[in-house]
Amino acid sequence: MNFRTKLLAATAIVSASAASAVELEVTHWWTSGGEAAAVSKFADAWNATGNTWVDGAIAGSGGTARPIIISRILGGDPMAATQLNHGRQAEELIEAGLLLDLTDVAEAGGWRDIVNPSSLLDSCTLDGRIYCVPVNIHSAQWLWLSHDAYEKAGVAVPSDWNEFVASAPALEKAGVTPLAMGQQGWQQNLAFGAITIAVAGLDAWREVTVNKNADVARGPEYTAVFEAVASARELARESNVQDWNQATNMVITGTAGAQLMGDWAQGEFSVAQQVEGEDYSCLPGLGLNPILDTGGDAFYFPVNDDPEITAAQKELAALLISPEVQVSFNLAKGSLPVRGDIDMAAANGCMQKGLGILADGGVLPSGDQSLSADTQTQIEDLMAQFWSSDMPASEAQAKYADIIARAD
Amino acid sequence: MTVASDPPVQTVRKPNRMFKNKMAKIASIPMILTALCVFVGGTLWTVLHSFTGSRMLPKRDWVGLAQYERLWDSDRWIISVKNLALYGFFSLTFTLVVAFCLAACLDRKIRFENTFRTIFLYPFALSFVVTGLAWQWILNPQFGFQSVVRGWGWESFNFDPLNNPETVMFGLLIAGLWQGTGLIMCIMLAGLRGIDEDIWKAARVDGIGTVKTYVQVIIPMMRPVFITSLVLIASGIIKLYDLVVAQTNGGPGISSEVPAKYVINYMFQAQNLGQGFAASTMMLVSVVIILIPWAYLEFGGKKNG
Repeated sequence: MNFRTKLLAATAIVSASAASAVELEVTHWWTSGGEAAAVSKFADAWNATGNTWVDGAIAGSGGTARPIIISRILGGDPMAATQLNHGRQAEELIEAGLLLDLTDVAEAGGWRDIVNPSSLLDSCTLDGRIYCVPVNIHSAQWLWLSHDAYEKAGVAVPSDWNEFVASAPALEKAGVTPLAMGQQGWQQNLAFGAITIAVAGLDAWREVTVNKNADVARGPEYTAVFEAVASARELARESNVQDWNQATNMVITGTAGAQLMGDWAQGEFSVAQQVEGEDYSCLPGLGLNPILDTGGDAFYFPVNDDPEITAAQKELAALLISPEVQVSFNLAKGSLPVRGDIDMAAANGCMQKGLGILADGGVLPSGDQSLSADTQTQIEDLMAQFWSSDMPASEAQAKYADIIARAD
Repeated sequence: MTVASDPPVQTVRKPNRMFKNKMAKIASIPMILTALCVFVGGTLWTVLHSFTGSRMLPKRDWVGLAQYERLWDSDRWIISVKNLALYGFFSLTFTLVVAFCLAACLDRKIRFENTFRTIFLYPFALSFVVTGLAWQWILNPQFGFQSVVRGWGWESFNFDPLNNPETVMFGLLIAGLWQGTGLIMCIMLAGLRGIDEDIWKAARVDGIGTVKTYVQVIIPMMRPVFITSLVLIASGIIKLYDLVVAQTNGGPGISSEVPAKYVINYMFQAQNLGQGFAASTMMLVSVVIILIPWAYLEFGGKKNG
């Protein structure tokens, strides 16, 4: 057997095994401990069908990964499936015909009836056609509190944002940073969004974010918001970490009193073996307004020439939303499932709170769904500048209103 | 292109300058085409689309100067430009001065010259990302330089440039200089080696001191070397991007943003190509404003004279 025949034999083996199972490359940016545990649930379920999940994790936040994903799709080197936050991010890709139409899969699976809240499916829909599979619901309006830190300070764990602000001096006296905050624009923007809904209330928020009414953004409700954010900024002065999970880790270890972060922080607490109610607590809507936004992750499937891959893509799409996969994935991720008809009894206290709010209809669309990436980036820039400097609240409010006035 | 299309009959009558070194010219056609299509064509396309409202995909809906108005109205862009000017000024000055001093020292026929040269040049072999990350750790107050000095007993020592908006650009500058000085030093050293030994002898005979000889005789003789260095440093400054991304990612807040990062962020993260194109066009304009008068003085004069 000379080298050439060996090579031929090897090629034959490879191509034979490729024929029986379809390899799908799936890109996503789930790289923290809890996230990686969750995505492996998808991979296991897909591998169990006899196909192969090729993991294309992209380190860094969505801001790093999204451009890579989009340029691969635009550049003619598409992956088989990719995570994106549904909303307006993929609008133009759909218009350019680069993403696979999943309407037939959705109709076969009856997505219209099972997806709850239905606004999630609406974000996947363009001109009546469905282009993505929502896989989870993430809400950003959560305050995570460290029991350890409050024990050190000798005060009771607060039950809403106002109590938290009042308890901050005691925390500082005990050498604890009151608020953990990663120094990245999106985290500061998330904190701003959470405080907005808690302080300004739903009507003002909707008027500004959905209807882009700059007058309301200049009004007294938003003045109160910016003052609250300015005081939060002082509470987070000592927090120099960058990534969100480092900030969550400050809460886990009790070096910080609290963190404003989305429900994905839950996964980090689980990985650290912390128990809800004993080691940490969570306050959806900051304990003031029991309302959660319903952003989340969705999977998109770029158009592919190979009919075999296209069939596998549709199979994967159906799998991601199937009841068993939804339960195992969301338990690991700490997010809420997209279908209301499954049993989430295994979920812990925080998720139960979230499910309760969802069942009561306390939902609103996420910023991703209302604002374009362009506007989001400008607001993130403003927030990054505001949180790291001594910019007065009134100046930030004026700049914010200008961005809203320009928003499309 | 023109070479191939011209009829060869002409060459028999009067030899055309175009047809000298025919092979060399044919060989350079691919490069000429690349330069025309990719560089010039790409630049024109970008400038053209900076007047459109392109979002994620380029399209031709003209919006006039709206992108530029928004650009110069944006705090982040203004901060980026100021940062680049600051970084550029200090980087240019310090690189030239430090590199020349190092080269002059090595040129004094010291021992282990090869070893030192290698040590100084080594940082240049690292990518900016590695440099940025390494210096992010070195300058980290918890386990970097500050904690080492405090460990020696100087408890009140404070050195935390990266977390202070006022000093963060200097933190970047340290890393940039550390990386870039070695290469310029080698170029300068090569220049110094090119200086005739007799010049030194003559200076010694005339009783001119070493420093004075360097400043008044050697440096003017090294003009071409300085120009090469200047071009290398300047292009490094304009495209400053990866160092910032690795070391500070624009932070704290937006206080270490640079124009190249604005372009990338607005083109891909904000999915606003028009805005990114407008910013990159401004970068091009700034280079052209500096480059054209200089190139005219440097090269234009010689041709006429």
